[in-house]
Amino acid sequence: MSGPSTYVPKSAIGRWFESRLPVMGLMHSSFVSFPVPRNLNYMWTFGAILSFMLIAQIITGVVLAMHYIPSATEAFTSINDNIMRDVNYGWLIRYMHTNGASLFFLACYFHMLRGLYYGSYKAPRELLWIIGVVIYLLMVGTAFLGYVLPWGSMSFAGATVITSLVTAIPVVGVPIAHWLWGGFAIGGPTLTRFFSLHYLLPFVIAAMVGLHVWAVHVTGQNNPDGVEVQNAERDTVPFTPYATIKDLFAVAVWFILYAWLIFFIPNYLLDADNYNIANPLVTPAHVVPEWYLLPFYAILRAIPNKLMGVIALLASIVVLAFIPWLDRNPVKSAKYRPAYRLFFWVFVAICIGLGWIGSQEPNDTMSLVARILTAGYFGFFLVIMPVLSFTEKTKPVPVSIADAVLAKKPAAAA
Amino acid sequence: MIRFKTKALASAALAFAFAGGVALAQETAEQPKPPRETWSFGGMTGGFDKAQLQRGFQVYKEVCSSCHPMTIPFRTLSQPGGPEFTEDQVKALAASYQVTSPEPNEKGEIFKRPGTPADNFPRPDGYPNDQAAAATFGKAPPDMNLLAKARKYERGFPWFVFDALPGLQYQEMGADYIHAILNGYTHPDDLQWNLYYPGHKIAMPQPISDGAVEYKDGTPKTLDNYSKDIAAFLSWVAEPNLNERRRMGLGVMIFMFVLAGLLYFTKKRVWEKAH
Repeated sequence: MSGPSTYVPKSAIGRWFESRLPVMGLMHSSFVSFPVPRNLNYMWTFGAILSFMLIAQIITGVVLAMHYIPSATEAFTSINDNIMRDVNYGWLIRYMHTNGASLFFLACYFHMLRGLYYGSYKAPRELLWIIGVVIYLLMVGTAFLGYVLPWGSMSFAGATVITSLVTAIPVVGVPIAHWLWGGFAIGGPTLTRFFSLHYLLPFVIAAMVGLHVWAVHVTGQNNPDGVEVQNAERDTVPFTPYATIKDLFAVAVWFILYAWLIFFIPNYLLDADNYNIANPLVTPAHVVPEWYLLPFYAILRAIPNKLMGVIALLASIVVLAFIPWLDRNPVKSAKYRPAYRLFFWVFVAICIGLGWIGSQEPNDTMSLVARILTAGYFGFFLVIMPVLSFTEKTKPVPVSIADAVLAKKPAAAA
Repeated sequence: MIRFKTKALASAALAFAFAGGVALAQETAEQPKPPRETWSFGGMTGGFDKAQLQRGFQVYKEVCSSCHPMTIPFRTLSQPGGPEFTEDQVKALAASYQVTSPEPNEKGEIFKRPGTPADNFPRPDGYPNDQAAAATFGKAPPDMNLLAKARKYERGFPWFVFDALPGLQYQEMGADYIHAILNGYTHPDDLQWNLYYPGHKIAMPQPISDGAVEYKDGTPKTLDNYSKDIAAFLSWVAEPNLNERRRMGLGVMIFMFVLAGLLYFTKKRVWEKAH
């Protein structure tokens, strides 16, 4: 897609550098001359937004780590007394980091649903999609580890629930749990290793994001009409200035939302119980994960058998990696797939429904609805996708991207 | 044919999801929710009222502090955005407490000395640790340094959505909860029955009633005022940077709206050439 670089440095130093290490040429072909389909909508700005969120999380995280003490006796006070009260602008950095995690996930869900809606996982972008699923898994892991660090009572309860999942594995489950905990129960050693891993994983994510971006620069971006670029001249515009300025605008709008959370409702998404220090003898009345993991929590609880619940939980994310082969319909975009489009929105409603159930105390009605919605969640991938691959009557797809753009404004040309 | 079927199926699934959601939402206990009060620090531009925080501190000092620890340094009482006592007042206040020195003296003895502004408020005299307090009350009185953020009540759907929106936002649930608890002792024959405490059986017997604290500024000495003032004070204790946060937030918002507006028009200008 990008082809050999046409970048020619203007200065002598630039030429000297470029002939030895063509970094500037790589930047130029990736973020300046890279051809971008001209019909992209704002759903395609979430890549830039996610990059921004990742960088924000890493910078604020590095600063927080300078003041945080990963010890069972001091972690809670190092955040709530030292960082939040005494460190200069510690409250700001801390609220940026906790709310940043939420907005990172929110942007990620938009990004994933956009891919799902417009068929961005289909050939030739299967690997790109799978790398994305891996990034998402790493994000879930990082967020979980990070949530334990404040050592509040919900941190402790969350760590207990999640690490205890491995005890569902027959025979080796309990030894594995002890190995994860660094002892016979969750305590100081668990916290220190979680801190170490929480610092490590974001850099693994950054590396995977590098691969993700590399892959998208090889295949080129998908687009709302789901037809591949045929004529770069007619179908695309250069990344700079077109995508750059659009991404900048989108990031600025996203930042307004981010600032709203940080400055005006910083505790809205946080659990009040996490302002109580962890106490192994007192479990919160109602253990819930952060909002972005609620649907998976609902799936876990929907299955009465613990081992099967854990398997369902893992399967609910892993199934995403297989959808390039579950959905065989050659038409990519839901714009031209009326039945798929309908089921897509039902799927979104199911995810929201599961999230709501995940936040509620379990009872009989709730479990029943949770089971039905869990069946719906998996049904979308395992039944609807394969069935619609062959039975759906799709609408005619435009011949090219340029045709799709011109069709939108018939009067303008005349 | 397939089209019709999928549509019917999809609508059925949607209808089911909605019906389920409504049925689940209706399931609320008979537990009344804390009434919502008006707070000076609510809303988008609100801030703490210095006089109210000073009264709230008085309530803490004369009533709550006999059982509840509050681990914050004395010096914060003179910081901007708080009760803003003068530095001399804080020095005198700190000196009126005996604190245990963190370091032993040259003879190796742990000793007590008058507090300085850098020290934390010491624990209540009678209860050197949570275990001692729990042995007396059945449950250790919680540290009040984060209490206003550590307490909340379920708002339920759809209210929790509105609580996040500009102009409607509601973040003072902790203050409302504390205020409600102090006003919730409605069974005169059972001092540990509280209308608003989940399950009604509360370990803390009614701590304060009308006239218990002598206000010096002429504010009526009612339970309602005491509970509002202490709730406001504890909100400040839990979130001492609120005033600064709001001020900075307003600046950031104005800057970002201007920047986003400029970027939008630049974007429009750039894209004009593409179509």
